[in-house]
Formats: sequence, C-alpha cells, structure tokens
Amino acid sequence: MERLGQEIKLTPAISVSRLSHTYPAKNKRPARRALRDVSLEVAPGETFGLLGPNGGGKSTLFKILSTFFKPSPGLVQVLGLDAAHDAAQIRPRIGVVFQNPSLDAKLTVSENMTHQGHLYGLRGKLLLQRIASMLERYGLSDRRDEPTGTLSGGLRRRVELAKGLLHDPELILLDEPSTGLDPGARRDLWDHLRELKSSRRITLLLTTHLMEDAENCDRLLLINEGKTAASGSPRELKARIGGDVIAIESANPLELQKAIKERFDIEPALVDGSLRIERERGHAFIPQLVESFPGLIKSVNLSQPTLEDVFVHVTGLGVRL
Amino acid sequence: MNCLAVYTLWKRELRHFYRDRARIIGALAPPIVFWFLIGSGLGKSFQMPGAAGGAGFLQYFFSGTLVLIVLFTSVFSTISIIEDRREGFLQSVLVAPIPRLSLVLGKIMGASTVGFLQGLCFLILAPAAGLRAAPGDYAVTLAALALCSLGLTGIGFCIAWKLDSTQGFHAVMNLFLIPMWMLSGALFPAATAPAWLRLIIRLNPVSYAVCALQQALSPGAFRPMASLKLCLLVLVLFAAAVCAASCWIAREAE
Repeated sequence: MERLGQEIKLTPAISVSRLSHTYPAKNKRPARRALRDVSLEVAPGETFGLLGPNGGGKSTLFKILSTFFKPSPGLVQVLGLDAAHDAAQIRPRIGVVFQNPSLDAKLTVSENMTHQGHLYGLRGKLLLQRIASMLERYGLSDRRDEPTGTLSGGLRRRVELAKGLLHDPELILLDEPSTGLDPGARRDLWDHLRELKSSRRITLLLTTHLMEDAENCDRLLLINEGKTAASGSPRELKARIGGDVIAIESANPLELQKAIKERFDIEPALVDGSLRIERERGHAFIPQLVESFPGLIKSVNLSQPTLEDVFVHVTGLGVRL
Repeated sequence: MNCLAVYTLWKRELRHFYRDRARIIGALAPPIVFWFLIGSGLGKSFQMPGAAGGAGFLQYFFSGTLVLIVLFTSVFSTISIIEDRREGFLQSVLVAPIPRLSLVLGKIMGASTVGFLQGLCFLILAPAAGLRAAPGDYAVTLAALALCSLGLTGIGFCIAWKLDSTQGFHAVMNLFLIPMWMLSGALFPAATAPAWLRLIIRLNPVSYAVCALQQALSPGAFRPMASLKLCLLVLVLFAAAVCAASCWIAREAE
C-alpha cells in the first residue's frame, strides 16, 4: 500500500521538457536564441520562482507559460494540458499578471475589473459580487471609482493582482511582481500572496531578478543566457556553496585578486568591483588575509551564503539589485 | 465568437471616446478648420463642373471633410493597438480565453462607432453649410458614414497590427492614408482631373464614400462619379474585405 501511495503522483501544475525558443531575425537584427533546452516541473500548490538577470530568458519562458507564445521545440504542459494545442482550455484556468501594466489608465478600477470579468465570461450579479469581494480583499473598495492612471505603483500592482484573480484561477503567473515597487509596497504584495496561498490551494509561478522575492519561493530555477543554471529550494541552493562568503572591498581589486591567487592559490571572483571568496571556516581565513595584504584591503565582510552568492557562484555574474 | 467579449471591447472604445476630450477635439477640429478655410478661400474662385443651383466649394468639400474626420478618428483609435499590445490592456486580452475574432471585431466595431459619432458631430453643421438634404437622404448619409468608418478602421487595424512603433504608423499615414483621402474626390472632382488621376480615384474605395455622401447631402448638385447604388455596394464590399483582412492578419499563429 505504501508503495502504491508513492506512485500516485499529482499532475504537475506546470511541466516543461527540453524547451527552446528562438526569436527570428528581424530588421537586420540576427535571430536570437532566448531559451535552450530548459526543463522544469512545478507541483500543485507550490510557489515557484524563475530567477535570473534581465535578458536571461525568464520573460520568454513566462510568455510561453502564459500562452502568449507557442512553444517550439519542446513540450510544455500547463495544468496537464499541452500549451502548443490546448491554449484555449488553459487560458480560463490561469491568471496572468504582467510586468508591464495591463490596466487601462483611462478607466476606473471597477471598469478595468468589469472588462476583465467579461473577457473571462463573468457577467451580471456574479461579476459584481466577485469584483466587490476582490476589491474588499485587496483594500481597494474606496478606490473603485478612481482612474487607475492616478493610483500609486503599489496600488496599481494590487489592482493587477485582483484583476488576475477575478476568475478564480488554479495557477497564477506573475512577471517581475515586485519590480518598481518601494519596500513597503513589496512587503504588502507578498503579504497578499501569502494570504492567497493560505486561503486556497493555488499554484504560484513568478519571475524575478530580486533575491528578496526568490527567498519567498518554495523552489527556484536559476536561469541565465537561456539555460538552466541551477534549481532547488533556496536552502538547497545555498548549501551548494559549502561554506562562508567573504567579500573584500579594495581600492585596487584587480591587483588584490592577483595577489590572493599567488599567495593562497585560490581565485577570488570579481563581482561589481568587490572580491568574493567562498570558503569553509571563513572566520579563520580572514586574519591571514588581512595580515598578508595590509595596504590593499579597505573592508572585509563575512556572511552566510545568500541566494545572490549562489547566483554569482553558478553564473559568475553579479546581480544588480 | 464570444459576444460578451466583443461587447466589452466595443464599450471600452466608447468609454475612451467620451473620457478623452483631447482626442475628440483633435480628430474634429483640424478637419473643420481645413473645411472652413479651404472652402471659404476657394469658394468664389473655384467653379465646380456640373455644379447646379449655386453650390460652391464649401458644399462640395463638406463630404470630403466628413471622411477626413472619420479617417483621423479611426487612426487615433487603432494606433493604440501598437502600444497596447506591448504595454497595456491588450496584453491581458491576448491571454484571455476569447477567440481572436472577438478581439478584432470588438476593436473594429468600437473604433468605427467612435468614428461614426465624430462624423455625426460634424454632420450637425450640414444645414448651416447650406446643404439641403431631405430626411431620407440623411438615412443614406448615415449608412454611408457607418460603412466608411468600418472600412477605414479596418485599414487602420491592419496597418497597426503589423507595426511595432507609432512613428511607423505616422509614416504610413502620411504616405498612404492622407493621399488616399486626397485622391478620393474629397478635394477636387474626378471629372476635372487628368486621366491617370481619374483612374486612381476610380480605383480608390474611399472615393465611393465621398461620392455617396455628396449625392446624399447635396442631391443633384454635383455630377457623381458613380450611381448611389454602386457607391454603397462598393462600400459594403470594402468594409467586408478589410474586416476579413484584419481577422486574417490578427489570427493566432499555428
């Protein structure tokens, strides 16, 4: 019985297998491969993050998952349906929140919601009830008659979220949900997302280049130059570093990098002007380091690995926050 | 087709129409100013061939101005497609569970209703401009105006869908849409034009809108290029063809 229980597997909310995507050449711009052989699986109820730098391919993947683009080549299943052929069946069951505003700035909050409801087949009393309860839940009731163009960035994002959830989707896709929000609005957004997760079983997939967002995910896929760089839970990913992270600020980082390499036979990574060393027992290494290069070091910082360190570790790139 | 989606997209265009005063004025004022200035300036010095009963250039140019208003309105309405698709409302329409046909029809019907309403605003001036049309003629005028709006909006849609910058749209407008209007008998009659221009005017579907409006608004005043029946038939075919082309252009890639 126990074995049988293990074999019963829920249909994944999203399953992507060996997906590639190439933007065709246009107006003297050569063809560009945005995704290469990406595979991933998202379990129902999970919060899954696609983490990567801008231009790394995550937005392309987002567009394919939201049925904006057709996948080819590769297999993409959303809620068990083939994204290449069954987009019409997928669309009513997913909610999409775009990075670029999809609100009509000239229309009021409730008019935007009404149009959205109609597009998803909601009408009449049911639609009015849904809109009222969504606005209530997201603290927008007193703003319902204001044009969305006059709202703050944080409030607009909340309307986008309420709009995306109006038809009660099983899966919600969010593209860079926190970009452009101040820290308060960002916290507020995550409070709403967490509340949403606790009130009903919904799967969340988001793209982000912000480590703060990534920390809130159950699992992550690091994507860079269109390829999978790493995947796992934030904890698993951080464990990959196997030690502490030492960050060194120097007036002359290149010279220091060379000197450290000669003296200790380790190669510090140069990221955004500072040197990074991953090392077990980092606290014991720091005194040696400081004593060896007295004039070259401005400051040394020892920390537990963060997702940013993981990102640097697997891609060799710095992530600008 | 999804009627609720068509309705909601149509209604959105109308909401924009009455909320965006600048756009209403922008599409209405320049043609009226052109009409008044060019019409008054040329009025006395320009003898219309076949003009009867003292009909002058202000009367002749009235129908052309009506078409220009519809053209400007349809351009303003469809140009939004370009920005809307990348950043704006249209993104969420494209991933909504509606057939593409509903999107195309909602947008075209909404934008052409707005063009029609703008045309009506100008049509109110007809009696003041010295046009004496009977109620029955106004019915024909409205039909021609509606078909003309539908056709020009359809052309605007086809162009906007294929372009990725609004600057590109302005270029197409100056190079293609404005000449299309100029060579429609709106400014000068086909009868006095050289043969090669006459041929272009005959082949231009917009000419039949101008011709139908002139016949309805100033019956018997000017020598028409084609009969009213033929004009309306061409307009119906034109509107149907561009709407079909819009649906085809905006279809989902297989």
